Amino acid sequence: MSLHPDYTGSYEYKWANLAPMKLSGLEPLVVTAESNFINIGERTNVAGSRKFLRLVKEEEFDEALSIARDQVEGGAQIIDINMDDGLIDGKEAMVRFLNLIASEPDIARVPIMIDSSKWEIIEAGLRCVQGKCVVNSISLKEGEEKFIAEAKKIKQYGAAVVVMAFDEVGQADTYERRVEICKRSYDIMVNEVNFPPQDIIFDPNVFPVATGMEEHRKNALDFFQGTRWIRENLPGAHVSGGISNVSFSFRGNNVVREAMHSAFLYHGIKEGLDMGIVNPTMLEVYDDIPKDLLEHVEDVLLDRRDDATERLLAFAETVSGEAKERKVDLEWRKAPLQDRLTHSLVKGITEFIDDDVEEARLSVERPIEVIEGHLMTGMNVVGDLFGSGKMFLPQVVKSARVMKKAVAHLLPFIEAEKTEASSNGKVLLATVKGDVHDIGKNIVGVVLGCNNYDIIDMGVMVPADKILEKAKEEQVDIIGLSGLITPSLDEMVHVAKEMEREQMDIPLLIGGATTSKVHTAVKIDENYNQGQAIYVLDASRSVTVVGSLLGSEREEFVQTVQDDYIKVRENYGKKKAFKQFLSVEDARANRYPIEWKSEDIYQPSLVGTKAFLDYSLTELREYIDWTPFFHTWELRGKFPQILEHEDMGEEASKLYKDANAMLDKIIAENWLEARGVIGIWPANTVDDDIEIYTDESRSEVLHTQFGIRQQLKKSAKASNVCLSDFVAPKESGLNDYVGGFVVTAGIGIEDKIKEFEADHDDYQSILLKALADRLAEAFAERMHERVRQEFWAYEDTAYSSDDLIKEKYQGIRPAPGYPANPDHTEKPGLFNLLDATKITGVSLTESMAMLPTASVSGWYFAHPDSHYFGVGKIKEDQVERLATAKGIPLERMKQWLSPNLDD
Amino acid sequence: MADIREILKDRILVLDGAMGTMIQRYGLEEDDFRKGWFEDHPSPLKGNNDLLVLTRPDVIKEIHAAYLDAGADILETNTFSGTTIAQADYDLEKAAYDINYHGAKIAKEVCEEYTKNNPDKPRFVAGSIGPTNATLSISPDVNDPGKRNYTFEQMVVAYKEQAKGLIEGGSDVLLVETVFDTLNAKAALFAIQEAQDELGTNLPIMVSGTITDASGRTLSGQTTEAFLISVQHADLLSVGLNCALGATALRPYLQTLKSKAPFFVSAHPNAGLPNEMGEYDQTPEMMAGEIKDFLDEGLVNIIGGCCGTSPDHIQAIAELAAKYEKVAQ
Repeated sequence: MSLHPDYTGSYEYKWANLAPMKLSGLEPLVVTAESNFINIGERTNVAGSRKFLRLVKEEEFDEALSIARDQVEGGAQIIDINMDDGLIDGKEAMVRFLNLIASEPDIARVPIMIDSSKWEIIEAGLRCVQGKCVVNSISLKEGEEKFIAEAKKIKQYGAAVVVMAFDEVGQADTYERRVEICKRSYDIMVNEVNFPPQDIIFDPNVFPVATGMEEHRKNALDFFQGTRWIRENLPGAHVSGGISNVSFSFRGNNVVREAMHSAFLYHGIKEGLDMGIVNPTMLEVYDDIPKDLLEHVEDVLLDRRDDATERLLAFAETVSGEAKERKVDLEWRKAPLQDRLTHSLVKGITEFIDDDVEEARLSVERPIEVIEGHLMTGMNVVGDLFGSGKMFLPQVVKSARVMKKAVAHLLPFIEAEKTEASSNGKVLLATVKGDVHDIGKNIVGVVLGCNNYDIIDMGVMVPADKILEKAKEEQVDIIGLSGLITPSLDEMVHVAKEMEREQMDIPLLIGGATTSKVHTAVKIDENYNQGQAIYVLDASRSVTVVGSLLGSEREEFVQTVQDDYIKVRENYGKKKAFKQFLSVEDARANRYPIEWKSEDIYQPSLVGTKAFLDYSLTELREYIDWTPFFHTWELRGKFPQILEHEDMGEEASKLYKDANAMLDKIIAENWLEARGVIGIWPANTVDDDIEIYTDESRSEVLHTQFGIRQQLKKSAKASNVCLSDFVAPKESGLNDYVGGFVVTAGIGIEDKIKEFEADHDDYQSILLKALADRLAEAFAERMHERVRQEFWAYEDTAYSSDDLIKEKYQGIRPAPGYPANPDHTEKPGLFNLLDATKITGVSLTESMAMLPTASVSGWYFAHPDSHYFGVGKIKEDQVERLATAKGIPLERMKQWLSPNLDD
Repeated sequence: MADIREILKDRILVLDGAMGTMIQRYGLEEDDFRKGWFEDHPSPLKGNNDLLVLTRPDVIKEIHAAYLDAGADILETNTFSGTTIAQADYDLEKAAYDINYHGAKIAKEVCEEYTKNNPDKPRFVAGSIGPTNATLSISPDVNDPGKRNYTFEQMVVAYKEQAKGLIEGGSDVLLVETVFDTLNAKAALFAIQEAQDELGTNLPIMVSGTITDASGRTLSGQTTEAFLISVQHADLLSVGLNCALGATALRPYLQTLKSKAPFFVSAHPNAGLPNEMGEYDQTPEMMAGEIKDFLDEGLVNIIGGCCGTSPDHIQAIAELAAKYEKVAQ
């Protein structure tokens, strides 16, 4: 039944033709006819909650936030925030609190109601809230002009608004005045301001009842009737009110107050009240109100008896007991320690973290173990949830804050544990330019700091030059870069390039959400040759990585990483091959661009071939690259440092001594003979192939060296390279050359091996094979040097052996069957040109392997732009071309090139 | 000039593709970013792509033309970072207005030429307004969650200057895009209204948000619907999503917009998700294949490309879009 004399039946929403009111926090709140009633949390109001006022005054914002959180967890669908108090700077407090709420996703998920009587505070609040909020309130109190101006501004900010039933005369306190003021306000809002009607919420003033004053008897009833009128007559508008006001007379008796609030809402909602400012954690269910109490309360609210107030006051004396305070669910506190810590981190709860961390600390030997164990376990859960989309960034930021608090608790214990203040090293951390994300970086800083490293944290958005400048100034041992967004990857590459350019060689750590081992290996490490770039998966690994990099096992560690990255790069190359390919013609059109100039072409002093028999092993010995030699023995370290290595040094030194002793014998007793042959011929490129001519007339083709071209579609600037690109094309008119060689250091090895095997001396046998291999490689290196200096004679720089190993010189010597031309069937042609088998004794097996195995063959290219590369995957059209050109059956050609054939 | 609002009732319009990817192809150097304008600027400017509308307008116009050749109806100006806030990184706050004015002007010149040659297909300039590199809802400092680098008021000032430049340079539409923090977008919308009030214009406004991670939310934590509600007060031409995800991943969120928004819906996704190298692998055919699903479902009225897309992508999309009837708002 209706409480309103003019309206029969129960209220029904009749403006379904209008859009519903839509509000938002992080999540939407759509107020429809079916929403029934929207709870607006009231406790974050300095005027209504003394506790909240005290917390704001004392700047105890963490606890003030927990009041807001309790409201939301208790069921508030909007939270009202009011900072109107003479003793606080309301504007500053509003901004501060709203900014803090924005970082609390548990709270920020609901829309905000900015509650103030001062426009200045309202506007400051509107500038802090990303969602669609509600302004509480404006009114005609100070005239139409101000009302209109404020309504317009609110519309521009995109908020809904509470309009108080208040005008120039005063507050509406009767049914008629409520109708009058609300109608007038509505008309101005809708007709003059063009405010969306569904975004208007009227507050027709909830006044106390049972005050003992006659004129207050109808306060509730008038409110109900006013509500019904508004809902029936002002299309789309909503009605709200501060519900607690009604029970003002019963302060201190929460049982009566709760019953009164529930009954008020029950009747109000029936008349169209669809929002209300309440304490959602303190609402009794209407049906649960004891019948006698309910009767007394309703007598007052509905003004059903003249003695209603007296009867309720008397009854109230008899009602005692606890108010219904909703308890926050603390069941999780009973879980095991790790679960509790994880829960706090995932949920972003700081309340219990100190206690739990303390418990964890007492359970381990060293406080740092709590960080590396318990807390990282929890943070990994956070990382997994974020990765799978079950958490979003603001939540992760909160987790990071809990982490920070936990670490802060542990720091004094960690400090106390340190006996001396000596630092383990200096680490510079920065989030790269263009990126503001620093959660991970901060955690790394903390974790490393705990491990006694000096941390220089440059913050976010740090440009490369600043990083390098600081690194030099502070002489840091390691640079760590962090980033979350994709463009940061490029910025990291840029930093790596800058470090290379500035000739820095300190390790570069890479971390952050979009970074990956693949990117680090392929893009960053490739651009930083002087030092090592290392991808660090998460903060917990940073300690071991930094420890290894700054400790005694550095060499070995870097070698392991480098080996790993080489594999990663190879796999990446393979994987990329599954992408897009160009036809061999299109690939050829995108050949490596060389601007052909005569000064880049060198006239060789040798044209034709030259044999070298019994080459001086004493000379070659000086050219040995020892690092791979140790690799053969699973000793992965760089020579000569490996000889001093903590763990491997002793074994390596012994091996080195044995190797040199054997070398002495090899030379003194002529165990091995080194033979080689080289050739340089007039040559020009035709498409992908190099034509080698009988003489300078270049009229007769002596041999055609067939090339394989990269076919993978490249990014805009990269080309599809083929070895033939490094020789001047025929149509250039330039007379170019190409060279070739076969060298061996394995002549005589078979006899010696047999001797050792007869003695069952595997060690000597393996040692000899390894040394022969090294000598053959040394021979290739030495021969290449002589070619550059004497026979092709384009080089006048003397390179150190280290430079030779690093291939710093100009020109290349790629071998058939290797990445730059994986076609093994190119070997017989090379051997024929050089008459290699006859001169050197090196023969080719059916599968194109060289015997003796301690042999090396290849081509020489001299152009300054020539470089090593990998052909990678190719398509069948290129195999067909090669098969036809070389006269090899297609199926056979496919077999030879199967590792490179994309399928 | 035809009214874009009317044309959208008849057909699907095509937005252009990535600018950065195209600029990269030119292999520009430091000098290109200074020419005639910033010769003596003390710090490096390479990479500040917006400056090219001033220093290498020929390059930008060529790219614009390439997209129009590919079939785009709407060009985005090369002004994504044309605010004093974004330009502060390069100490070039003073260049903000010029970037926007000239950015719009050269785009307009190219559009007018194409419209003149083919009046049946009028081309439009959308003044691109990026998110800046600041966040109004997120603290830059994890230890001080209440901290902000910029205030709403400061951002309004910056956006207003940008909006005025874009309007005075001749934009037909304003596009607030790549919204990762809705409060930034609200500041932009606030500023646009002020600028339009002062200049007496009423250009249609497009808003396009970006969903940054697997949770399906914006960086500042809003769901798609919450984002829509937060910008719905402005009378928008369209609302949509761009960047961050590829077309397929955007689909559920576009469905939300389509069913909830009282505006046209736009999408300009990336060419797929970036791979672990941060590159985009989708070919035009692959991307068009995914976008076909949008069109079959009638999800979008305006479709284009973001990171990793090229004129080839836009051509594939435009050819596809031409086959479809209008999509009801």
